[in-house]
Amino acid sequence: MSTASLRLRHLIAGLALMCGATSASAAASETAAAPVVFKEYVLASPKPNLAKIKANKIEKPVLKFGIIKLTDCVPIVVARELGFFAEEGLSVSIEVQANWKLIVENTVAGSLDGAHMLAGQPIGATIGYLGQADMITPLSMDLNGNAATVSTKLWAQMQEREPRLKEPGHAHPISAASLLPIAKERAAGGNPLRFAMVFPVSCHNYELRYWLAAGGVNPGFYEGYNDPVGKRDADVLLSVTPPPQMVQTLTQNTIDGYCVGEPWNQQAVKDGVGVPVFTDYYIWKNNPEKVFGMTKLFADSNPNTVVAITKALIRAGHWLDENRDNRVKAVEMLANKAYIGANPDVLGASMLGTFEFQKGDKRDLPDFNVFYRYNATYPLPGHAVWYLTQMRRWGQIPGNKSDSWYHETATKIYRPDIYRAAYAKLQEEKLIPEATLPADDLPAFAGEDFIDKIAFDSKKPNDYLKLFPIGLK
Amino acid sequence: MLNKIILYLNVLGLTWFVPPLKMVCGQDVAYEAKRFVRMIGLPLIAVVIFLFLWHVIAGQVKIKGQTLPGPVEVTAAAGKMYRDYQASQENYVTYQADFAKAQTEYPQMSETELRELMPYTAAPTYLDQIWTSLKTVFTGFVIASLIAIPLGILCGMSAAAFEMINPFIQVFRPVSPLAWLPIVAIIVGATMADVPANSFWAKSYVVAAVVVTLCSLWATLINTANGVAQVDKDYLNVAKVLNLGWFGTVFKVVLPSALPQIFNGMRLSIGVGWMVLIAAEMLSQNPGLGKFVWDMYQSSSDDTLAYIMVAVLTIGIIGFVLDRIMIALQRMVSPGAMLNVR
Repeated sequence: MSTASLRLRHLIAGLALMCGATSASAAASETAAAPVVFKEYVLASPKPNLAKIKANKIEKPVLKFGIIKLTDCVPIVVARELGFFAEEGLSVSIEVQANWKLIVENTVAGSLDGAHMLAGQPIGATIGYLGQADMITPLSMDLNGNAATVSTKLWAQMQEREPRLKEPGHAHPISAASLLPIAKERAAGGNPLRFAMVFPVSCHNYELRYWLAAGGVNPGFYEGYNDPVGKRDADVLLSVTPPPQMVQTLTQNTIDGYCVGEPWNQQAVKDGVGVPVFTDYYIWKNNPEKVFGMTKLFADSNPNTVVAITKALIRAGHWLDENRDNRVKAVEMLANKAYIGANPDVLGASMLGTFEFQKGDKRDLPDFNVFYRYNATYPLPGHAVWYLTQMRRWGQIPGNKSDSWYHETATKIYRPDIYRAAYAKLQEEKLIPEATLPADDLPAFAGEDFIDKIAFDSKKPNDYLKLFPIGLK
Repeated sequence: MLNKIILYLNVLGLTWFVPPLKMVCGQDVAYEAKRFVRMIGLPLIAVVIFLFLWHVIAGQVKIKGQTLPGPVEVTAAAGKMYRDYQASQENYVTYQADFAKAQTEYPQMSETELRELMPYTAAPTYLDQIWTSLKTVFTGFVIASLIAIPLGILCGMSAAAFEMINPFIQVFRPVSPLAWLPIVAIIVGATMADVPANSFWAKSYVVAAVVVTLCSLWATLINTANGVAQVDKDYLNVAKVLNLGWFGTVFKVVLPSALPQIFNGMRLSIGVGWMVLIAAEMLSQNPGLGKFVWDMYQSSSDDTLAYIMVAVLTIGIIGFVLDRIMIALQRMVSPGAMLNVR
């Protein structure tokens, strides 16, 4: 009985807090920025538009798209909820998928018409890594947005090796160099360090490997197109875990750390089980992240539909980067259990431009999620070349390839031509303001944008590969 | 008249309504009132005690800085789900208005053509998910019965057939749905590659239904074989005397007397099928209750556990109702044994 009355008292205290009564603990947890109050979001009606189906000559007006429970699926959700798809004459239903493998499988099988994909997925599928299927991407969905978290135990060990990490407000990026002795020790004890990422061709895999290798830790090489593991010569073991299960797996001590998109790093901080060590912004400033992927067959047989999809998604990206209020609304949409269903404060942490590295160590990272700025939606073939170089670097591509192979493959998959067609139509209809699209599809990226200061010229992928101390050439 | 109604109520498993009915008609009021208190009152007390213990214990269990959801939180989550449902109903009304408008704007198009162009696309509501689960379990159950009953009759009629089939029953019966699923998923995935995804036979649906079939057919098979084997020898002799032939014997003599046993098997089968379905849906991502639980498990919000508990209660209640329906059917086909079945 006493417990029940205690709970009642807690409830009253909680209500009082919500009503704005000040208390010491509430004041302490308050940050400088005004706290955001998230409202419960109610899904919008589909609003099909027959006149637009006819006007746009839509070949396939009824579409099903797949998403993974990650904040960066948000352009698809926004385009559905704000009716951008409907205004193009598209009736879109969105289906949450269990993992990245299913996303590609269902898209290739045709049960999904298009999906929220890892940038490496259309590329990996096209070159035939772990199964071949010709895929394209008419639009990149965002830049950045990932982070890596280590368990609190491993974090303490890293702090022992690198005392500066004990100071509050220490500088980022954190090097992986302190991991090397820990990794060797653990390997000698028969219990190697284990990290998880979300898929063999995921940005997370390449970012985690990039970070480890930049610190002198060898993450291991793949044995060609059919090897999903990649542990030859490895100092640490990398494995695949679906994003929503990362925190659980870390809590169960099956892994020592992971690299994943949001909200799953902030969730670990909230639950007090892990400490983020890097966000991918530190690995490569404004790196390409998710894309909207579809099969080449679908794109070739439904050209008008693909342009309409691209238009709606460009508008969604523009809306997301327009102002902070829109981001708040987007977080409310994602918090609906039809989409991500996580707590809005956890989703909002990174979506609103802040990132919490440890409890109380909340830093401003305005570019943590970029959906439109810096031409984020433009499918830049130079980005595809970078992914191809990383696939070669870690042995997923078994042999040496010529520079022209890299360029042909990249432009076959990344399709700025479709993007430009959609963009021109949006300009014509005055739906988004004019912007400058990239003049060069194969640009060079400066060394200071990378954690190891190695510059990347997408015109010369083979020269780039020669610059890495750890990696196949 | 009254006795007839009571008989029907008993057959349908609605025994709760018998005492109040008798009381209203003035029969044995004191005795029936006592019976009524026992039938309704005792379970009610147990439920209240359970809710109280749940509430108190849940308040003690701390996970990730919050407490385990108690009855209050679970009720609140159910309320939230109901509001979601209402909102989606409103969306449907809006959609119907849009559709009606399109119909007046394009009178030359037929309704089916229009529906194909502008269908109602929205996330499935909880009721849709329950409906999908029921559809899936019934598909699996019907296929299982169509296989198990003929096989069971064969086994019951011929000892040789039983000896041949028995090893398969013994080996495959204990296999978990989780082991069947990958096999079924790969086979269905390969053979149904050309089936359009939005057709009635979605792959995930077929996979879940087939897994239900594989796990639920054994109970019906064994019970049918038993029921058929136990048919009174005198009946079979009568059939011989009448020169009924094999089919005649099966349909006129064996089936009618084995029917209660067959239904007993089917009742067990549908129970197993319902239990297996949730696991099958989780893995095949068939958009039913199993996928709901899985999606909630993956979202880790403060309400996650409360939502899952609502689903657990829903699954339990539906399983209970299915069982009652099967009992009622069983009683209806076995008039002789009507009052012995519990």
